[in-house]
Amino acid sequence: MSLIEITEVRKAFGDNEVLKGINLDVQPGEVIAIIGKSGSGKSTLLRCINGLETINAGSIAVAGAQLLPDELHLRALRLKVGMIFQQFNLFPHLTVGGNVMVSQTVVKKTGKAEAETMARKMLDRVGLGHKFDAYPDELSGGQQQRVAIARALAMEPIALLCDEITSALDPELVQEVLAVVRELAAEGMTLIMVTHEMKFARDVCSRVVFMHQGRVHEIGPPEEVFSNPQTAELKQFLGML
Amino acid sequence: MAYHFDFSWIPDYSGVILKGLAITVELTVVGGLVGLTLGTFCAWGRALGPNWLKPIVGAYVELIRNTPFMIQLFFIFFGLPSIGVHMNELLAANIAMVINLGAYSAEIIRAGIQATPRGQFEAGASLAMSPIQTFRHVILFPSLQRIWPALSSQVIIVMLGSAVVSQIAAEDLTFASNFIQSRTFRAFEAYLLTTVVYLALAVLLRAAMRGIGVIIFPRRRRA
Ligand SMILES: Nc1ncnc2c1ncn2[C@@H]1O[C@H](COP(=O)(O)OP(=O)(O)OP(=O)(O)O)[C@@H](O)[C@H]1O
Ligand SMILES: [Mg+2]
Repeated sequence: MSLIEITEVRKAFGDNEVLKGINLDVQPGEVIAIIGKSGSGKSTLLRCINGLETINAGSIAVAGAQLLPDELHLRALRLKVGMIFQQFNLFPHLTVGGNVMVSQTVVKKTGKAEAETMARKMLDRVGLGHKFDAYPDELSGGQQQRVAIARALAMEPIALLCDEITSALDPELVQEVLAVVRELAAEGMTLIMVTHEMKFARDVCSRVVFMHQGRVHEIGPPEEVFSNPQTAELKQFLGML
Repeated sequence: MAYHFDFSWIPDYSGVILKGLAITVELTVVGGLVGLTLGTFCAWGRALGPNWLKPIVGAYVELIRNTPFMIQLFFIFFGLPSIGVHMNELLAANIAMVINLGAYSAEIIRAGIQATPRGQFEAGASLAMSPIQTFRHVILFPSLQRIWPALSSQVIIVMLGSAVVSQIAAEDLTFASNFIQSRTFRAFEAYLLTTVVYLALAVLLRAAMRGIGVIIFPRRRRA
């Protein structure tokens, strides 16, 4: 059974239809890269999967449960699917440890000691155990993004959505974040990531989705998509025309 | 026309002065704590609350911000008894202070909330927090921190404005000085003393607000 089933999803902002019938099934453990031009709807698709935008038509199901736009269903969905943003969005008033603990204690009502154990474990996983007491503004962008990953992981999601998580980083910091993602992929985490890192997509992803004008224009394993694009649009995007 | 300063009455009236001081401080502390709590709720209601709540809070805030404090006080103390709501002058003064600071601080805190980057709300939501949990644990403290200096000034303004409660015979510091000058005819000295005490209170209150800020916002905000 698919872990995430996206069926005929449509989304419009006013008159502007941004997603025009998206179909995508993601199997457990798959790593999906979404590529495409600016404005093709990549972020909007991820935001719909996490319920940050409500869809106009179609359906999204995660682990068999339908995504419905009421508070209860949304929260159940978000417990299963974590999201990491381009701008990190760490909470500036909390320490690194506090950032990773807060949702556990507030949402899951985990005890403080247990939440701290989990936080330390997840921070170790992204190589930042020693920054537990630091504040976000004391960290580099790459470190902040790794904290954001640890924060999402602490909720024990079954899938992670990553929206251009290295795009706001200085070039020399990109690799440390990608290394963490690579490790997650190797451990079998289901990942859907919007990315411009083509080499990374080629190495790590099971499938690549090329979005164009609100549709899945091409989809397939990275070797096929990158080496043998079928459509003129993808060829152009890859700089082959 | 050499004026002879005469402060010899101070020992005789020290009890009156201290009582006045105590009441002004009480009005400020209670008004500050309860008023800022009310202001926070109203700021949430107007910025993020359900749609039915927004106009209600809006009406309250605009009513208070567009009428004189003295009229609000008179309404509570002299007006309400006509519909059967009686209270002593101190309670009326406290309520007026709370209602007044609640409305002004609501607008200040709302500005802090509305300056929050959208990503903070989305990060809270994506971690499965409810909107209220996100507000309480993610949005509130950085919002307060943003406007803390303005909020501190507002608390001081309300403390100084509390002088008006002497008009309903609540025995605050201003009441005490009025009382003293009417007995001793030492208006200059009585009001000079009161001026100095208010000034000292304001300076102390500003320092206290700064101290509270340092404690509840352990992280200094970067520009
Ligand atoms: N909240 C919104 N309100 C109105 N229009 C929006 C909103 N969010 C996105 N759009 C529009 O939807 C379209 C797709 O945006 P989206 O952010 O999904 O593109 P993208 O593929 O992620 O692009 P980029 O590579 O630049 O991030 C754009 O035309 C954008 O202007
Ligand atoms: Mg985008």
